[in-house]
Amino acid sequence: MSQRVTSSPGSSERAVRTDEHFFPGSHLAEIQMVIELEQVTKVYRTGAIAVAALRGVSLSIKSGEYVAIIGPSGSGKSTLMHILGCLDTPSSGTFRLAGEDVSSMSEAALATVRNRRIGFVFQQFNLLASVSAWQNVELPLTYAGVGRTERKDRAMTALAKVGLAGRVQHRPGELSGGQQQRVAVARALVTEPDLILADEPTGNLDSVSASDVLGLMDELHQAGRTLVLITHDIEVASAAGRVVGIRDGLMTENDNRDLENVR
Amino acid sequence: MSWLETLRTGINGIRSHRLRSGLTVLGILIGIAAVILTVGLGEGAQAQVGSEITSLGTNLLTVSPGSSTSNSGIRGGFGTASTLTMADATDLSSKTVAPDIKAVAPTTSSSETLTAGSSNWSTTVVGSTTSWETVRGRTVTQGRFLDNQDITDHSAVVVLGSTTASELFSGSDPVGQTVDIAGVPMAVIGVLNTVGSSSTSSTASDPDDQAVVPITTAAERIFGGTSRNSVSSIVIQARSSSDLTAAYQEADHLLLNLHGITTASDADFSITSSASLLSTATSVDKTLTILLAGVAGISLLVGGIGVMNIMLVSVTERIREIGLRKALGATPGLIRRQFLVEASVLGLAGGACGALLGIIGALFLPGAVGDPITISPPATALAILVALAIGVVFGVYPASRAAHLAPIDALRSE
Repeated sequence: MSQRVTSSPGSSERAVRTDEHFFPGSHLAEIQMVIELEQVTKVYRTGAIAVAALRGVSLSIKSGEYVAIIGPSGSGKSTLMHILGCLDTPSSGTFRLAGEDVSSMSEAALATVRNRRIGFVFQQFNLLASVSAWQNVELPLTYAGVGRTERKDRAMTALAKVGLAGRVQHRPGELSGGQQQRVAVARALVTEPDLILADEPTGNLDSVSASDVLGLMDELHQAGRTLVLITHDIEVASAAGRVVGIRDGLMTENDNRDLENVR
Repeated sequence: MSWLETLRTGINGIRSHRLRSGLTVLGILIGIAAVILTVGLGEGAQAQVGSEITSLGTNLLTVSPGSSTSNSGIRGGFGTASTLTMADATDLSSKTVAPDIKAVAPTTSSSETLTAGSSNWSTTVVGSTTSWETVRGRTVTQGRFLDNQDITDHSAVVVLGSTTASELFSGSDPVGQTVDIAGVPMAVIGVLNTVGSSSTSSTASDPDDQAVVPITTAAERIFGGTSRNSVSSIVIQARSSSDLTAAYQEADHLLLNLHGITTASDADFSITSSASLLSTATSVDKTLTILLAGVAGISLLVGGIGVMNIMLVSVTERIREIGLRKALGATPGLIRRQFLVEASVLGLAGGACGALLGIIGALFLPGAVGDPITISPPATALAILVALAIGVVFGVYPASRAAHLAPIDALRSE
């Protein structure tokens, strides 16, 4: 396990090959870095007042890493999450996602990047209440232009992976909070994205459901997924292999640890 | 994402807000049904008036004599003088002078009492020639019509309208029987076809209640009077409705010449056409239809604004859904398309339901109101298309608002 997640940037050839082993035939085999942020800033303007939410953040996350970004509210972690999720663009600096510069893409191009490369898990679950679990899961595939039968198959497979094979026809309202978040995880998984971005995934859950969802995240990590978890909770962050702190729009620590040290 | 997928998503969106969607559809529905019914009502009235006027005879010109002036200087108005004669009618029927005139029927008429055995009946007695049958577009169902022999011989024969015949003979065959008209015994030689009473129209007398006799017989033996050669009107049939103007000019010119009149304003006769009557009557109905359709159109506009209103509410209410869809990879174009499709489906549903309601109304309302309603399929199809267009047009603004929401703002909203 320790071989797969290397701690230092500029990792060895060996790590690349290991990635290839986990994503056979995937384009990820050639791309080692999933996230490369270089001196990214984000300034919000409200009338005459300009607020710098990010003041020069540089961060690299390799394929297969499980990284927690931790910071108190107002630290800029939401802004960072929006930029990492291609929901917003940086004011300056560059952001390469899986080798592709997305810093100044159009809204439509960003939508495609989000669809292909990123799976989101939100604090509020954000499931469509009017449709069943599997229809929620297939939603990103509709936007990817996948055919109907394949969509359903893949949605079913993803739901089975998160342990909800028996609840595919249930609507979100008929599921517990933990189950709803599992549906959301299945939806994030279904497109086989380069990055799974979880924004306070346990924030709305009781401790049992929370550890359940964190366990699921861990399983995904074991299976070789790249995960970025944004939280304010140090306990939740400790589940990740690497913890990055953010405060006042700057990286305060870059605490790289081997998984073994966390365990 | 294909159009079919978008449509499916749109219908899903509509179905998940049933009450709201239903109310929106209702707005369009009422507008479309109102348009269909009012236009149908107007068209029905037009058709009714048109057919009533056409039943009087097509391509017809009526020449009426000018005004007479009494000894005390009182002018009697058109038709009171006896300036038209049988000779005028004969000259008008000349094919060389008036090539566009197909048939000429000089007529005289008077209200007389008819007696057959013990029953009597007062009706209009018309004296005319053989052309009357062609000009009026009538046929006989029993016996025969007047022939040239009857005219030249001043025969004592009569052709009865179907109502007149049944009033006098109550079911028994009238042909061959005798009727006394103003004391003159006349032989019934035929019965006219029934054209149906246009009882609602007070402008024309009942075409099924009259008696037609040879004009010569009428002048000499029934009506009497001083000028036996004068006729009360001359009905002219043009070759076709497009020749009506030419026929009018020929008749006008000829009569002015015959009467030795040099300035047209001094004419001692007047010529009217059934077409001018028809166009006046239909133009009145047309104005009414436009007025009603305008009111219905405004209600349709209100329905469209309703669609826009609901779609704007829908965008605000579903702001999180829009944000989520954007996060999952929906481009602004796809979001716009989804909301446009939803608005169009609402419009189309309203249009289709409205058309259905309009057709049902057209089937049942005439029984209650007594006016005919004509539903024209192309107008109905057009109304449905208009409803669809309303959905699209009024959906554009809400859809582009949805498309331009920033995904983070949309996701953040509670």
